[in-house]
Amino acid sequence: MNISFNLGALAKAKWYECLVPFAFGGAITVAAGILAKYFGPVFGGLFLAIPAIFPASATLVGKHETDRKKKAGVATSSRGRQAAAVDAAGVALGSVGLAGFALTVRQLLPLCNSALVFLQQRRSGSRSPS
Amino acid sequence: MLQYLFRFLVGGTIVSLFACLGDVLEPKSFAGLFGAAPLVALATLGLTIVADGKAYAALESRSMIVGAASFVVYTALCTWLMLRKKINAAPATIATSSCGWR
Repeated sequence: MNISFNLGALAKAKWYECLVPFAFGGAITVAAGILAKYFGPVFGGLFLAIPAIFPASATLVGKHETDRKKKAGVATSSRGRQAAAVDAAGVALGSVGLAGFALTVRQLLPLCNSALVFLQQRRSGSRSPS
Repeated sequence: MLQYLFRFLVGGTIVSLFACLGDVLEPKSFAGLFGAAPLVALATLGLTIVADGKAYAALESRSMIVGAASFVVYTALCTWLMLRKKINAAPATIATSSCGWR
């Protein structure tokens, strides 16, 4: 498989195609935080694996491929749907990696002493009377 | 309120960056891998560790494993609907997620 960058795709993107992932991603991150706060970490954690960009990206991939075919003079084509399906298959593979990420964090987080954890300890220390 | 605004900005920025990465990469089956990047987790876990501690974040991560497993099923179902049942991307992804909630 040859992996390549097509920077021209960014130039073709419309302003709303950039705004939608930002608004959608921000809203889901806030919603995940609120759900964890009100229903606890066990329920809130389910939403950390939420497909933040998948529905939007699959739709855009399909639309771009269909537009490309229309420009080439092919009025109706299944190319857009097929491209979106291939994208979704890639996401399915990536989801296995997502589960691996979650498992690694679950196993290592209690053992590691990260900089962020140090910050938490400083906060706790500043609250204690001693 | 400020914390939620910060979450919104961090989450939106990370998701936008990965969406751009998915746009420019070829082939699309490889670019699709970034569609499953732990974006919400990346944006949220750091903030959660600072605010609530490691044990709380570890508990969230355990639930995230279950969420990721259901994401595998969801995306596989979307692929099947688009390839075999010839349903377009938007209805396939939205209808499947609606069924998941029920």
